[in-house]
Amino acid sequence: MTSVASGIARKKKVPLSAILLRLSSFLIMGVAVYWLGINFAHSPQEFAQVTINGLNNGLLYALIALGYTLVYGIIELINFAHGDLFMLTSVFSFAVLTELLGAQSPSGKNYALLLVVLLFTMAFGATLNVTIERLAYRRLRDAPKLAPLITAVGMSFVLQWIGLKWIGSVPVNVNTVLPSGKYHIGGVEIAYKTFAVFLITVPVLIILAFVVDKTRRGRAMRATAQDKDASRLMGIDVNKTISFTFAIAGAAAGAAGIMWAQTIGTVAYNLGFQLGLIAFTSAVLGGVGNLYGAVMGGLIIGLIQAYNDGLSIGPGQRWSQSMVFTILILLMVYRPGGLLGETAQEKV
Amino acid sequence: MARLNTPVMLKISDLTVGYGAITAVKGLSLEVREGEIVSVIGSNGAGKSTTLRTVSGLMKPKSGSIEFLGEKIDGIPGHEIVAKGICQSPEGRRIFPKMTVDENLDLGAYLRKDGAAVKEARERVLELFPRLRERINQKAGTMSGGEQQMLAVGRALMGNPKLLVLDEPSMGLAPVLVDLIFETIETIRKSGVTILLVEQNALAALRIADYAYVLESGNLKLEGDGSKLADDPAIAQAYLGG
Ligand SMILES: Nc1ncnc2c1ncn2[C@@H]1O[C@H](COP(=O)(O)OP(=O)(O)O)[C@@H](O)[C@H]1O
Ligand SMILES: [Mg+2]
Repeated sequence: MTSVASGIARKKKVPLSAILLRLSSFLIMGVAVYWLGINFAHSPQEFAQVTINGLNNGLLYALIALGYTLVYGIIELINFAHGDLFMLTSVFSFAVLTELLGAQSPSGKNYALLLVVLLFTMAFGATLNVTIERLAYRRLRDAPKLAPLITAVGMSFVLQWIGLKWIGSVPVNVNTVLPSGKYHIGGVEIAYKTFAVFLITVPVLIILAFVVDKTRRGRAMRATAQDKDASRLMGIDVNKTISFTFAIAGAAAGAAGIMWAQTIGTVAYNLGFQLGLIAFTSAVLGGVGNLYGAVMGGLIIGLIQAYNDGLSIGPGQRWSQSMVFTILILLMVYRPGGLLGETAQEKV
Repeated sequence: MARLNTPVMLKISDLTVGYGAITAVKGLSLEVREGEIVSVIGSNGAGKSTTLRTVSGLMKPKSGSIEFLGEKIDGIPGHEIVAKGICQSPEGRRIFPKMTVDENLDLGAYLRKDGAAVKEARERVLELFPRLRERINQKAGTMSGGEQQMLAVGRALMGNPKLLVLDEPSMGLAPVLVDLIFETIETIRKSGVTILLVEQNALAALRIADYAYVLESGNLKLEGDGSKLADDPAIAQAYLGG
């Protein structure tokens, strides 16, 4: 009622607060564009370089963010354990590729092994995520929202504990199979590693988006997300569809996990907390529940961090998290539903 | 109209269903024969929707049984019941609002693998509801109530049901549309689909029914041929606003 009333009021007379809000948003945008502009003018090469670094991390964030957004979309659960699932996939890839198979330096054979272990890591992430849903979340599906939420927090600790037992409390260095050289394109250096991240994450993202958007299973996912009983009346196996969603989320985390281990070069049992937070923020930024929003959010946060940390005229690395969350908060003020999310009014 | 002399398609025996401590349906027995339109009427909260939800496997009965074509189907999960040939257009339409009309219809045929037959079914549905053809690429949530109702019925038909279950298809519609919906129900029956219809619009539901049941507070109050109940003064008093 109130929203309708204020909607009518706004048409008649624009309140001062709305004008201020609009003005301040232009002001903030202006400052951001100006800041990026002077940096670009200062050194276009540096700017391009930093952009590429940002996209590199952003793609990894996007893959993890996908898991938050898909799961939230289908059962409205903020899966706090997802960051830790990502951590376990990175540990798994280290255990299999680096230790078991001994692939610790660049070679043709090791590139092939990387691709094979990528698939295994994705399968590992998928299986683990499906198992978690089956064991911990499914029986709480009709319980009050707080119950599965707390369970997810508990599951996060369980996964961290597994990671701790697996590799210990000290971060472990990973000898990467990716070559350490760089391409030089017009004064911009692009590490081979960065190419590898693009080469692997972009197709994975495209395939996952295709599955959700275009396949019969994907349509069942979207239907289940909208109305579970109506989906059952269509003949959709809702439990199976939710499992499938967790599988996709886990596979995406797995792809991010192995690429993280190979490009950043360390794995640690507490990696999930920070990465999970960033990825969750990406999902919220893009509009939680929206697949493309999550990818966009991940890329934006990757870029914000990179610009903040890497541009020579700027606040510097110490301000990295503050910048990300300042921008998140500002965005939430102007677009509460996230970039691609629905606004609250539309939902009602 | 009177009960047909055809084999029994759906047989509900002594069905009791509830929500936690609430018992919504108490010992209901009901039969639908092949080719019939069977109506279930009763005031708000009588247990009509609960009965239909149980038939479609969205709820499990506390006791009693449901047989479809001689096979026990109570306790089977909802998505498997669709495969057996029971499709429902639920109360409140429950179309997928963020999807287009087209996608909604496709979902109605989710379990069907026979592409050519699905195309035919689609064509029949769009002939039945030309309005849907005009709106084929529109987001279902942005359509009017009447159009959404057509979509809900059309979507259920896409599953090629033997038994079509309709829960209050005329709810909230303008009188012209109500007439259209009831006419369409008769057309659908003529095409060979058996229909179990729940309605608050009791008179119209009794008129088109071969046989009808009256529920009150979860109990079966009365049953009989549709036309007979429609003329029954006691029914008129209680349900037809007479
Ligand atoms: N989800 C629910 N939880 C608890 N009680 C319910 C629920 N749905 C319906 N009921 C109760 O069950 C009874 C029958 O409801 P319903 O089958 O929807 O009646 P009808 O369709 O005839 O109007 C009512 O008393 C109603 O309050
Ligand atoms: Mg009802």
